[in-house]
Amino acid sequence: MKAIRLHRDLTRIWGNEPGWRGVFSSVSHTDLGKRFVVAAAVFFGIGGVLAMLIRAQLATPESAFAGPEVYGQIFTMHGSIMMFLFAIPMLEGLAIYLLPKILGARDLAYPRLTALGWWCYLFGGTIMILALLGGVAPDAGWFLYPPLSGKEYTPGVNSDVWLLGITFVEISAMCAAIEIVVTILKFRAANMGLTRMPIMAWYLLATAGMMVFGFPPLILGSILLEVERAFGWPFFQPEFGGSPLLWQHLFWLFGHPEVYIIFLPAAGALSTIIPVMARTPLIGYGAIVTAVMALAFLSFGLWVHHMFTTGIPHMALGFFSAASVLVAIPTAVQIFAWIGTIWAGRPKFTLPMYYILGFFVVFVLGGLTGVMLAIVPFDQQAHDTAFVTAHLHYVLVGGFVFPMLAAAYYWMPHATGRTRVMRLGIAAFWLIFIGFNLTFLHMHLTGLLGMPRRVYTYPAEAGWTWLNLISSIGSFMQAFGFGLFAIDIALQRRIGNHARRDPWDAETLEWAMPIPPTQYNFASLPTVDSREPLTRDRKIGAGLAAGKGLLGRAIDKRRETLAVDMVTGAPEHVAILPGPSLLPLFTAMVIGGFFLSMLLSLYWLTPLFVVGTAIMVWRWAGTTGTTRDPGPIDVGAGVMLPTSFAVGGSVGYWGSVLASAANGTLFASLVFGYFFLWVVAPNWPPPGEYGAYLLEPLLITAAAALALLGARMGQYDFGQASVGSALAAIGLALAIGGLLWAALHHLPGPTEHAFAAVGWVLTSYAIFSAAVGLLTQCFVRRRIASGHANAAWPHEFRIAAVWSDYGAGVTIVVAWLLALSGDAL
Amino acid sequence: MLGGSAILSALVFALLLVALFRRGVADRKTPERKRVWIGWLGLGMPIAVLMVLLAFALSVGERNLPTGPAARTIDVRAYNYGWEFCDEDGRCSEGMLRIPAGQPVDLDITSSDVIHSLWIPRLAGKMDAIPGQVNRLRIEASVPGTYEAVCAEYCGIGHANHRFVVEAYDIGESVAAGGTAP
Repeated sequence: MKAIRLHRDLTRIWGNEPGWRGVFSSVSHTDLGKRFVVAAAVFFGIGGVLAMLIRAQLATPESAFAGPEVYGQIFTMHGSIMMFLFAIPMLEGLAIYLLPKILGARDLAYPRLTALGWWCYLFGGTIMILALLGGVAPDAGWFLYPPLSGKEYTPGVNSDVWLLGITFVEISAMCAAIEIVVTILKFRAANMGLTRMPIMAWYLLATAGMMVFGFPPLILGSILLEVERAFGWPFFQPEFGGSPLLWQHLFWLFGHPEVYIIFLPAAGALSTIIPVMARTPLIGYGAIVTAVMALAFLSFGLWVHHMFTTGIPHMALGFFSAASVLVAIPTAVQIFAWIGTIWAGRPKFTLPMYYILGFFVVFVLGGLTGVMLAIVPFDQQAHDTAFVTAHLHYVLVGGFVFPMLAAAYYWMPHATGRTRVMRLGIAAFWLIFIGFNLTFLHMHLTGLLGMPRRVYTYPAEAGWTWLNLISSIGSFMQAFGFGLFAIDIALQRRIGNHARRDPWDAETLEWAMPIPPTQYNFASLPTVDSREPLTRDRKIGAGLAAGKGLLGRAIDKRRETLAVDMVTGAPEHVAILPGPSLLPLFTAMVIGGFFLSMLLSLYWLTPLFVVGTAIMVWRWAGTTGTTRDPGPIDVGAGVMLPTSFAVGGSVGYWGSVLASAANGTLFASLVFGYFFLWVVAPNWPPPGEYGAYLLEPLLITAAAALALLGARMGQYDFGQASVGSALAAIGLALAIGGLLWAALHHLPGPTEHAFAAVGWVLTSYAIFSAAVGLLTQCFVRRRIASGHANAAWPHEFRIAAVWSDYGAGVTIVVAWLLALSGDAL
Repeated sequence: MLGGSAILSALVFALLLVALFRRGVADRKTPERKRVWIGWLGLGMPIAVLMVLLAFALSVGERNLPTGPAARTIDVRAYNYGWEFCDEDGRCSEGMLRIPAGQPVDLDITSSDVIHSLWIPRLAGKMDAIPGQVNRLRIEASVPGTYEAVCAEYCGIGHANHRFVVEAYDIGESVAAGGTAP
């Protein structure tokens, strides 16, 4: 009976608000994760329809189905949707839904940030689809190379839709990345040390870490290209000292890690499902973790293999070629660990297993053609031909779609509490698998016979007619397969039989809860002593539901979950999470206003939305924290822990550190761009006088030093904190003034030369960072006055220091970078 | 590479098939055979294969680089949508590149608008035509004849038909006919 009362109380605390309001204010990771997955599946359908149009057009030579203008939009949107609106959000949705459940927590680290990410994704994706329906979709290829995507050659709004829509969606990727890392490091079951984490957590940690460092170059590139298009700042125009290759570097600096960002969560699903289906533990946990980390690291060193034909010297290409080949090794480690696991066990031929076998066939072939393409002389022939189209589909469909289909069948009983109904899933598998290979296997040959990518037509005498026709037939077969899959999933959701708890005899904690899951996940939180807690004790779920674990009680409206030491997993503090809120929705709307004002060229409105966003974030931050800390609380088993208000290393602090790391990557990419243009672009050095001054950077450094000092004063003596934050704010304000002064006196107009354009972007970025720091210091000063921050709870004070130190650091670097250019070099 | 890939994929698929139909023990207590799966198959085999492949690739790549002087150098300018070829004497032509057969020719490639990529599949790999930058590509047609060439980088609505032809002529015949090389 205790279990039922506990369930009722926890549902009251963790449930959504009633009615429609609850839909908009939900911050539940279960709801939001499912929304991400469903929306991504819808976008996959839209992208799939576009693929059908491409195949319809290419089925015959000289086809009159679509003209080149329409075809440009179709293939650009097919690629963009599949990458940005399907693959990334799908993996985010999987992570958002699963993570707290496999780690033994009740929610993610920042529930409202999850909701903000969801709304940004939905709005950004909607902008893209509306543009497609309106016939003004992006049409310069999903890589959007300037100058083709620039104002001169794409005068319409098409490229802006891509730059602004995708950047809007990327906000959700950055939110998810930070949230996933912090959740994995802090919100785990008691005693779940790093080496006891389920393997999926390692994969997602690597993925999210890559997103933190991989997305900023793309976001920076998009900002620069949009500013060039909107205001004529010539970053990519060689006649004014820009370089179109800068875009390619920034784009692929994101674009290659992106492939592994997509692959790793899918591989994580495989590493989770294969041992369950083989009824034996995964072989080589440590080796796989090492391989995954190696992949994450290596993937940042091979972006140039997308640029083997841009005229880069051969020895430099050799380096990137070697790095590209090396990634095959950690991938091989995983493949053989999986086969070895199946070898050791006695596999069950369940439906997920079909898709896993499909994965092996398709992905191994894609990996081998990938090694071929890493070889420079081969790539120079095959680059930009249908061979590459075939290769990338083998890798992405094999490495992501097949594992995700397996994952869908594996976790459907968890999300719906139902088992599958008919043998439709097997028919769907064969249609997809045969259709896929019929589309893409001989497309390698089509490419080697000379068919380039992205052509809307080809002459009959080229000899590619039969090959293309077969591809088109195969693609329609695939489409039927995916349609059947969708029907099967819908049937399972509607009329499937109720599944028993843990239907697969799985090993991870998400199955130690009733299915479909409750809003609070676990009525009490587990303590683990092995990597496979369910193997040790199949009844663990019943005990947790009866409240025999930690935090198995309901107090007021307080949403509690356990935060642990990052390495050992020892219980550290009780995190108190925020409840339902409309703030994420409203904040996303204001951010959307910013993007729409840019898209519609209503530039006078844009500053209003920037200020509006700042106000929303201020209000958001104002609703965290408390003035009445309950003090150390009993978590059960006689353990007393402090709350998140009273610890220094709260999730808010670690999130700020990670946000600064992402921010720093963006800044580093900008500095890279500055030096890249200086060294590589034509028409440098810029004409006229610039740089070579000392007074301004010295003064700015002094002001920034004041900010650094002020932010520290309260750390030693909290009595000084209020004065210190005032000093820090004044220091940052002075630094902003100094930066503006220096730019106005020493930089030419931003439209005159790429140097001036980059100089103004550096200055604007430094001013922005300093302004953020200034606002956080003002905020924390008010919080000290209102009693939210004090000597016992220095938490907000430490967070403010992270942001203001970052702003101060950036101003110093930018001031010297610009002052020491020109004659000083 | 095709043969190597075929052998490797056959190996993986064979292992997978045996693994599937072999009766394992499934008692969750069997010692892991890490040395075989991770050590030999996961690490050893790919490292060995890839080192050989890389060494081969680097040597082929170096051999493809231009060595020694070219018989002539031609400036190529790509634009939306055409190709212009100018020789050392400043004589230009459009849409047709004439080169002597059996002699190395350097193409200095650039673009006057967006990025294109010059590809003569039967003569050489691709080289991008990038505004503000000149990329050199060496080609050599060993026998006289016509060779089709296409643009390999998406350059807008005319991309599919952004083509030209290379005509390699026999130097002996050309001189015998009393003409000079164009």
